Amino acid sequence: MTPDEQDTLKRARRGRNIALALVLGGFVILIYAIAWVRIAG
Amino acid sequence: MTATVETPVTVLPSEWRDYFALTKPRVMSLVVFTGLCGLLAAPGHINPVLGFTAVLCIALGAGGAGALNQWWEADLDARMKRTAKRPLPGGRLERTNARDFGIALSVASVLLMGLAANWLSAVILAVSILYYAVIYTIWLKPRTPQNIVIGGGAGAFPPLIGWVAVTGDVTLMPVLLFAIIFMWTPPHFWALALFVQSDYAKAGIPMLPVVAGQAATRRQILAYAVILFAVSLAPWWTGGTGAIYGVAAVILSGVFVALCLPVALRRSAEGDKMKPEKRLFGYSVLYLFALFAALVADRLILGQGLAP
Repeated sequence: MTPDEQDTLKRARRGRNIALALVLGGFVILIYAIAWVRIAG
Repeated sequence: MTATVETPVTVLPSEWRDYFALTKPRVMSLVVFTGLCGLLAAPGHINPVLGFTAVLCIALGAGGAGALNQWWEADLDARMKRTAKRPLPGGRLERTNARDFGIALSVASVLLMGLAANWLSAVILAVSILYYAVIYTIWLKPRTPQNIVIGGGAGAFPPLIGWVAVTGDVTLMPVLLFAIIFMWTPPHFWALALFVQSDYAKAGIPMLPVVAGQAATRRQILAYAVILFAVSLAPWWTGGTGAIYGVAAVILSGVFVALCLPVALRRSAEGDKMKPEKRLFGYSVLYLFALFAALVADRLILGQGLAP
């Protein structure tokens, strides 16, 4: 693999990891909010 | 899969954008909008957090079904100009990853819908995903020129799901909203199929213009538009909406029929720019947005939508 290809691979992986972290964070907040509304309601 | 052409062996590193593209975001915008309108037009109240979650689940379910559709049709997509650059035929994503992503989104959306709203809306969401991914994509689309008619049911579920998320039961009004999109789908897609029919023919998909010819397709576009005119007025006639929706439906559906007339009466030759067909396709998207916006405006301003 050339240095350019390695760089592209790294960038793609980093972007996927950040997107996954944001999705998981959002999911945790959403579940917390649903639980809060359900319990309070 | 459905065809013999293989997707490229070398898979480029996939980015989050490729996974996002799998969910067919442009189609999803209409799904989310009609689902939200169903939720807002329904009688009753839903907590904003739960309402947001219900719409999110409709979007996730549509995205999951879209991903499964692209997984199954990767070889067909590679043969059509319109779809050849999608992540799978473009070689930017592995097929199994697309399948797993689609299944994960679908399952998560159904479970979350059940927990946040109610299990009836979750069951209808599951049925809509299976309808699109299995009945339409795998079974009907490659087999019958009426694929769009029956498959249109898949896109008709969102307002029904949004409505049931609020009320918890299926009544006449959400069924009428389902029927509106069901009748809207054939003229919408056949208008598109008329000007991209060579693409469908190349991929071996039996779309109506390819199998039955232009004349039959044009006649059926007009027939469905006339039925849509009557169905779109039904929520008003049955007392489910007020005058705002009724007037909007008469005008919007009247224009829809008027735009179908030149499409139905003309024949196109080689090299035709297909302007009336393109105009009808563009208007059909605007039509659905405007009709459902009128439904919500009617409910919010006149407080209608109380009839079952």
